[in-house]
Amino acid sequence: MRPPLQRYRNILDFALSSLLRRKGRNLALISVYTLVVFVIASLVFFVQALKREAHELLAQAPDMVVQRMVAGRHDPVPLAQVEAIRNIRGVDEVQARLWGYYYDPVFGGNLTVLATEDAALAPDAIWIGQGVARSMRVKEGDLIPLRGYDGQSNLFSIQKVLPESSELVSSDLVLMAPKDVRALFHFPEGLATDLAIQAGNPRELPTIAAKIVELYPDSRPILKTEILRTYEAVFDWRGGLMVVVLGSAVLSFIIFAWDKATGLSAEERKEIGVLKSLGWESSDVLLLKFWEGTVISVTAFLTGVLLAYAHVFFFSASLFEHALKGWSVLFPRFRLIPALDGYQLTVLFFLTVLPYTAATLVPSWRAATVDPDAAMRS
Amino acid sequence: MIQHPGILALLVASGIVSLLLAAAGWQGFRILLGWDLHSGSEVQLDLERRTYLVSTLVANALLIQILSLFLFIFTAEGLHNQFVGAMCAAGSLAVNAYGYPTLLMKVATCLLAGVWLVLHRADTQGYDYPLIRPKYLLLLVLVPLVLTETWLQLSYLTGLKADVMTSCCGSLFGQGRQGFAAELAGLPPRLMQPVFGGTFAALLGAGFLLLRFRRGAGLFSALSLAFLLVAVASLISFFCLYIYELPTHHCPFCLLQREYGFVGYPLYATLLGGAIAGLGIGALTFFRDRESLTAVLPTLQARLAWTTLILAALFTFIVGVWMALSPLRL
Repeated sequence: MRPPLQRYRNILDFALSSLLRRKGRNLALISVYTLVVFVIASLVFFVQALKREAHELLAQAPDMVVQRMVAGRHDPVPLAQVEAIRNIRGVDEVQARLWGYYYDPVFGGNLTVLATEDAALAPDAIWIGQGVARSMRVKEGDLIPLRGYDGQSNLFSIQKVLPESSELVSSDLVLMAPKDVRALFHFPEGLATDLAIQAGNPRELPTIAAKIVELYPDSRPILKTEILRTYEAVFDWRGGLMVVVLGSAVLSFIIFAWDKATGLSAEERKEIGVLKSLGWESSDVLLLKFWEGTVISVTAFLTGVLLAYAHVFFFSASLFEHALKGWSVLFPRFRLIPALDGYQLTVLFFLTVLPYTAATLVPSWRAATVDPDAAMRS
Repeated sequence: MIQHPGILALLVASGIVSLLLAAAGWQGFRILLGWDLHSGSEVQLDLERRTYLVSTLVANALLIQILSLFLFIFTAEGLHNQFVGAMCAAGSLAVNAYGYPTLLMKVATCLLAGVWLVLHRADTQGYDYPLIRPKYLLLLVLVPLVLTETWLQLSYLTGLKADVMTSCCGSLFGQGRQGFAAELAGLPPRLMQPVFGGTFAALLGAGFLLLRFRRGAGLFSALSLAFLLVAVASLISFFCLYIYELPTHHCPFCLLQREYGFVGYPLYATLLGGAIAGLGIGALTFFRDRESLTAVLPTLQARLAWTTLILAALFTFIVGVWMALSPLRL
C-alpha cells in the first residue's frame, strides 16, 4: 500500500481502538446522536412519503374542478353550464359530479356520498369503502340504514366493499345511484355539486379557467396543480415546523457533544501527550480526532436512518402520525410506500452531522495542540 | 418563507459556514498582526498552534460550502412546483432578485476557498511558513464574501412566497429573450462548438507546456478559468440539447435530475474541481521565488495541472459520450 494511504489506515485503526477503549462514554454519545438522527429522519421520510402519496392520489384527479359561489359559499352548479363549458376550445370532457357529506350519528363519522353512473351498481344498492365497512362493522350483503333529509331511514344493501388497494381515496366513500343521492339529501334536479373538467393540454388550463370565469363570474375554477401546490406547502410547513421544534433537541445535543469533546479526561490528555512525544504531529492528532468523529457520526447516522426507515415504513410512523397526517374517525389505513432519495439523506446530514462536526472542531484542535510535557506532567 | 426541511438545512449550513469562517478570519487577523517567525515568544508559539485551527476551520467550511452549493440547486429544484410558471430550478431561482446572485456567490466562494486550501497545502510543505501572509490576506477577502453569500441566501429564502408567477425555464432560457441567462442560450452552437474545442485544445497545449517545460503556469491557470466559463456556456448552448434530446431546452439545472441520470453532478463537479486546481496553480506562481518552496512547488503545480487536465478530459468525455449516444442531431 502507498505510504500516505497506509498512514490514514493506521490512524483510522488507532481511532477505532481508542474509541473502543472508552466504550461507555462513546456509547452514550452515539445513542443520543442516533436518537436525534432517528427523530429528524422519521420526520423527513414521513413528510416525503405523504407528499408522494398525495401526488399519486391526485394523479387520478380531474385537471380542474369548477364550483359555484353564492355569497362566498360553495353552492350547487346548474347543469346548463356543462354544455357551455364543453364548448370552450381545449376542453376535452366535462362531468357534472353529484356528491355530499353524510354525518352518521351512530359512530360519529362523516361519509362521502358520491353518485355513480356505473351500470354494475344494482338498484337500491351501494358500494362502500373499507373504512366505512370497518367502522359500521358491516360486510357485503348486509343492509345499512341512512337517515334522509326528512329524518326517515333509507335502507341500502351493500353490494360491494371497495378493494383495499384504493383505501387512501375510498376509505370513507359511499357510492350510490344519482337518484338515491338526490332522494337522500333532497338535492334539487338540474343541479350538480360541482363540475370536473379534463383538458387535452394542461398548459391551456389557465386560459380555460379564465374563460370559465368570464362566462360565469360566480364560478370558482380550482386547478389540480393548485391543489398539489397547496398539499406540498402544507406538508412542508408541518415538517418544517416540527424540525424547528426539534431544533431545541439538536441544540441540546450539540451542547452535549461540545461538552463531551471539551472535557478531555486526564487519561486522554496523557495519551495525546505520549503520542506527541513519540513523534506525532498536531496534524496527526487532528486527523485522529477527525476519524473518531467520522466513525461516531457515520455509526449514529446510519443507525438512526435505518431505525427511522423501519419506524416510518413498517410501523407507519406511529410516533408522529397524528401530528402530521391529521386526524379523523374514518381515517384510511395505509402503509406508506418506501421511498428514500439522496436529497432527503443530504438534508438529514446537514441538519444533524454538520452541527455535530462544527461543534467538535475547536475542542479537537485544543486536544491536538496540547504541549506533550504539560500533558504528561498533569 | 417556506418552512421546507431543505431550506432549514441550507440556513443551518450557511450559518455554520459563516461562523467557522468568521472565527477563522478573526484568528487569521491575529496571526497576520502578531506573526514573527524569528521570535520564540509564547505569543508566537500560540499563533503557530492557531494556524492548525484556521486550516481545520476553513477545510470544513469549504466542504460544507461545496455540499451546500448542490443542496441549494436541488432545493430550488424541489420547490419549483410551489411557484406558478416555474418548471425547474431556473424558475425557482428567478422568483426574487436574490436567487441567481446567491448561486453565483456560492460558486465564487467555493472557487476561492479551494484556492485557499491549495495555498495552505503549499504553505505546510515549506519549513518556514512561506505563505502565511498571502494566505491570511486571502482569508480576510474570503470571509466578507461568505458573509455576503449568507445574507443573499437568507434574503432569497425568506423572500420565497409560494404562488408568485415566475418565468419557467422554457421561457427564461428560451431563444429570442433578453437577459443574461437568455444570452447564453442565444450563443449559437455553430459558434460555441469550435470555441469549446479550441479552449480545450489550448488547455491541453498549455498543460503540455507546463508539465514538459515548466513554463506558462499563468497561462494555464487563465485557460482553466476560461475552460470553466466556456464549458458552462457550451453546456447551456448545445451540450444540454443532446442530453435533453430537445433542440429548444437550454436549462443548466435539469441536468441534475433523475431523468438525465444525474449527469449534472459529475459534470459540475469536474468543472469546479478542475477550475480550483487550475486557479491554484496560478496563485502558486506568484510565490515560486520563495526559497523554501522552490523544491516542492513544481511537483505540487504538476500534480494540480494533471488534476485540471484529467478533470477537463473527463468532462469532455462525458458530454462526448452523451452527444454520440443521443438520437438528437443538430
